[in-house]
Amino acid sequence: MEKWENNKAWFLVVPVLAFVAFSALIPLMTVVNYSVQDILAPGESVFVGTEWFKKVLHDYRLHDALWRQFLFSGLVLLIEMPLGILIALAMPKKGWGVSFSLVTLALPLLIPWNTIGSIWIIFTRPDIGLFGAAINSLGLAFDHTRRPLDAWITLMLMEVWHWTPLVALLAYAGLRAIPEMYYQAAKIDGASAWSTFRYIQLPKMRGVLTIALLLRFMDSFLIYAEPFVLTGGGPGDATTFLSIYLVKIATGQFDLGMASAFSLIYFLIVLLLCFVFYQVLQNVGKGARI
Amino acid sequence: MKLEWMYWTPITAGFFIIIALMLVGMGVWEVIAPSIERRRFLPISTTRGDRFFIGLLCSAYINIAWVGLTDWSLWFALPISIVWLVIVMRFG
Repeated sequence: MEKWENNKAWFLVVPVLAFVAFSALIPLMTVVNYSVQDILAPGESVFVGTEWFKKVLHDYRLHDALWRQFLFSGLVLLIEMPLGILIALAMPKKGWGVSFSLVTLALPLLIPWNTIGSIWIIFTRPDIGLFGAAINSLGLAFDHTRRPLDAWITLMLMEVWHWTPLVALLAYAGLRAIPEMYYQAAKIDGASAWSTFRYIQLPKMRGVLTIALLLRFMDSFLIYAEPFVLTGGGPGDATTFLSIYLVKIATGQFDLGMASAFSLIYFLIVLLLCFVFYQVLQNVGKGARI
Repeated sequence: MKLEWMYWTPITAGFFIIIALMLVGMGVWEVIAPSIERRRFLPISTTRGDRFFIGLLCSAYINIAWVGLTDWSLWFALPISIVWLVIVMRFG
């Protein structure tokens, strides 16, 4: 029988292409157009070439925001990954406790992001907040609206509370997928709890942990709503991350040209990181010893 | 369809037309001679499309670095980007 190709299926992709064009390509093109012009008024603009890019690349506040962003993402990973694994290891393996702990863990993930900011504003207020007032009553001055370190502590606590459950759930799924015979073999060999973790559980969780790591890095690198609601980027610029600084330029100063140049550089950073992470994800497990 | 809100300029329009033509060209090339995944000096296995993406992304970084680190005209960065793109496509 003669084989023939039916290329009509390609038409099924057209709606997706149209949607992507309207939601991503056309706005991206507009941003590129804005980035080389000074928009003086609606319909009135002057071509400035690479001036906005020069200004953005020499803006020390942007450099600070970028390093702050990397520091934040690094701290998030350093705390959330080990903590998530510990929680997963401590979770029950059978009985009613499994459903109970899964539902309890999932609760923070279900709350809208800006609501989380509001919850933590009230929770950590030094006058009426349970956490803020409790810390202050111990004789420790705590005020996330005035002290940069307190703002960072509050932000990290909120972030860890919000997203560690995701790491824990993924790690738990990885743990549950390990066949029982591995544990039996370890028991016969007289392996300690640490050896079982190091040589059985950790290698077997490699795939899910990589996914958790990548998800948490990208999410924390693009964070906006929670710190915006909680601290508004303050005190001073202490918690001004890239996205918050970008919005300040775009809607606060209405510097559309500069904001566009900034967006494109931000986009290039994210694009590079996504590509690297995608490659890492593709190669997870390839050449692995286990 | 009015496109004034997009604030087109001849230079940005030219930029996007060239990118679009390159993408169409890559598509036609792929249909005529499908690429085979290979690994050379880049640390990962790549198809022709992957190398094109890597080349374009690096070119964007070369241009950004040029603007940020030098006061010379951006036109000098263009041949460097093209040479890099060719190197990645041919030997990557």
